[in-house]
Amino acid sequence: MKKTSVPIYGTKEQTQALLDWLEENREMPGVALPALQKAQEIYGYVPREVQQIIADFLNKPLTEIYGVATFYSQFNLEPKGRNRISVCLGTACYIKGSNRIYQLLQEKLGVEDGGCTADGRFSLDACRCLGCCGMAPVMMVNDDVYGNLTGEELDAILAKYQ
Amino acid sequence: MYRSYVMVCGGPNCALSVEKQGKLAEEFEIQIKMAGLRKEVQVMKGGCLGLCSSGPNVAIFPEGTIYSHVQTQDVAEIVSEHLLKGRRVSRLLYDENEATSTQRSLEETAFYQKQLRIALRNCGVIDPQNIDEYIARDGYAALEKVLTTMTPDQVIETVLASGLRGRGGAGFPTGLKWKFASGNRGKVQKYVCCNADEGDPGAFMDRSVLEGDPHSVIEAMAIAGYAIGADHGYVYVRAEYPIAVKHLQIALDQARSYGLLGENIFGSGFHFDLEIKLGAGAFVCGEETALMTSIEGKRGEPRPRPPFPAVKGLFQQPTILNNVETYANICPIILKGAEWFSSIGSEKSKGTKVFALGGKIKNTGLVEVPMGTTLRTIIEEIGGGIPNGKKFKAAQTGGPSGGCIPAEHIDTPIDYDNLASIGTMMGSGGLIVMDEDTCMVDIAKFFLEFTVDESCGKCTPCRVGTKRLLELLNKITEGRGTMEDLDRIEELASFIKENSLCGLGQTAPNPVLSTLRYFRDEYVEHIEHKHCPAGVCKALLTYSIDPVKCRGCTICAQNCPAGAIIGSAKNPHKIDVNKCIKCGSCLEKCRFGAIQRG
Repeated sequence: MKKTSVPIYGTKEQTQALLDWLEENREMPGVALPALQKAQEIYGYVPREVQQIIADFLNKPLTEIYGVATFYSQFNLEPKGRNRISVCLGTACYIKGSNRIYQLLQEKLGVEDGGCTADGRFSLDACRCLGCCGMAPVMMVNDDVYGNLTGEELDAILAKYQ
Repeated sequence: MYRSYVMVCGGPNCALSVEKQGKLAEEFEIQIKMAGLRKEVQVMKGGCLGLCSSGPNVAIFPEGTIYSHVQTQDVAEIVSEHLLKGRRVSRLLYDENEATSTQRSLEETAFYQKQLRIALRNCGVIDPQNIDEYIARDGYAALEKVLTTMTPDQVIETVLASGLRGRGGAGFPTGLKWKFASGNRGKVQKYVCCNADEGDPGAFMDRSVLEGDPHSVIEAMAIAGYAIGADHGYVYVRAEYPIAVKHLQIALDQARSYGLLGENIFGSGFHFDLEIKLGAGAFVCGEETALMTSIEGKRGEPRPRPPFPAVKGLFQQPTILNNVETYANICPIILKGAEWFSSIGSEKSKGTKVFALGGKIKNTGLVEVPMGTTLRTIIEEIGGGIPNGKKFKAAQTGGPSGGCIPAEHIDTPIDYDNLASIGTMMGSGGLIVMDEDTCMVDIAKFFLEFTVDESCGKCTPCRVGTKRLLELLNKITEGRGTMEDLDRIEELASFIKENSLCGLGQTAPNPVLSTLRYFRDEYVEHIEHKHCPAGVCKALLTYSIDPVKCRGCTICAQNCPAGAIIGSAKNPHKIDVNKCIKCGSCLEKCRFGAIQRG
């Protein structure tokens, strides 16, 4: 099992969209963090090339932007799958066995923590708390939340996403 | 005015997605229209009612009837029976015992009767996307009162006299914090910040307030701005809470268009405006100095105090930072007075506290109780006890910074000081209940993995110390521990507590120390007998088949992913311990109770 890379190359339009946003928000105090968030929204992830665009525009060293990007868990330096699965490993979910759900998904998808399937269909991450502790254990696929998981329903859930 | 209101709960547990809440609300609209009640009944999408385990919930006001587990196909019946004919649909009524069919309204249920909702006063009652509904419930009256009849010092005095303490964890008196930042009003740039970076796993009260009643936070921040002399504020919200961000943004826009934010509010000459800043997934950003560094767009690392934020905070300017729930208490204090607030709660902890009840408990959800309520009341009366007839073992409060409350302390009145004296802390309010199937060593390890992961790396005691502590725990759960390791753990833990830079490191060893204090025998059992009493630590488990009980049905062998079960049909099976991966699927599948775990 390894973290498979799926090539998603940035387009000209994407780069332009980022530059336009930077131009518009040049004066915002503390702009580096929102800039990375915007970049991730545009590209889906923030590889070195994208960090370089931000660094050049803000006239800051790449190390500073890289430092911010790697500090926060929200930023992906590797591309993600078309469907993003996050399994909650927060306290309430953990106590109700979400660890096992996470293991099962790793086996089913053949990827490890943070990995992406070779066909780019799914990527799998653990997350801390989705704030749905009443339905523990919980996972999210894209924007859909699935609660009270037992493990038996996983195949049916995965089949919904192409 | 409408005759009735249908409130579809949009809490994170009920709706599961915005889409589902929308569909349910839409179905109500359709059925109400078909019944010809469109002018009499209004459908609203509300915030969290707190009854998360029985969702999706729908409440009908003014009578306060709650319907549980409501699906779209149930809507027609509720409309035709309840709204048209005035008869409650008993099969859908929320019923905490689920055995009786007594009709209950919101206030009549034990779940609500023991509660006192101040911070959550509007959650689930108003439409959070409509400022008029907030105003109808005395919204912005506190801001008006403050701006037109009180001096900034009087505001601070009131908050101080109320005894309100920070609800984010440490419990610092809110009024005192404001007082420290109140010097040089009008002469220097100051900031008011709100900490909505609810990173404590198992806590979702801030999320529910922001989603269900965003104006209460905005109004309180404006009051804080007036009190200390600040004209600008930031709400720092986790990016993981998109609905909270959306509702907050809508609320900000509406408040601006009503002139309740911006220039010259209520004609008083006071200016105040707010901005939302999105977090990016770093637990340490819940620490005040780290949060401010993050708003500045940098790596969210904490810095030494002093200087305290009240002197030098955001952008090097005097700043106050309070938690969402703290702000949610401000307006009622202003309107009803400090005396009213300080009459609630215990001697040193005034008011109420919201808890997110989770884990092994029947009624998971959001509850708000007066300070000083016992854990027993919360767990047994409000929470409905432990499911499946299991025994209560401990409750965990304070998340990765806190500790556990064992069964022997279940009658402790919960407030800041009592919790501290039994070795845990209030924290932000996550209350995770554990039963006999929870291994305390494993739980300590779980929290430590969290802090190791979230340690920002700036100071060595936290970065390296927590990692070494985790290694010691791993040794124990894998059966390689020695009794000397327990001494080493205690020594290292106290070193980390004393020498870390910020709250994250200073409290990181608490879950370990607390479990060691109350469940030392469980640690010893892992070390001396290589045995996990709760049957959780994988390396210490062995599975075997009782040949007397086994009927040879072959179900276990068919389900074993490792092919470790041997035997022929109708004859007792055996587990090959060398092949067994200890996944437990045989135990789950066996219908004869023949699989033994030890």
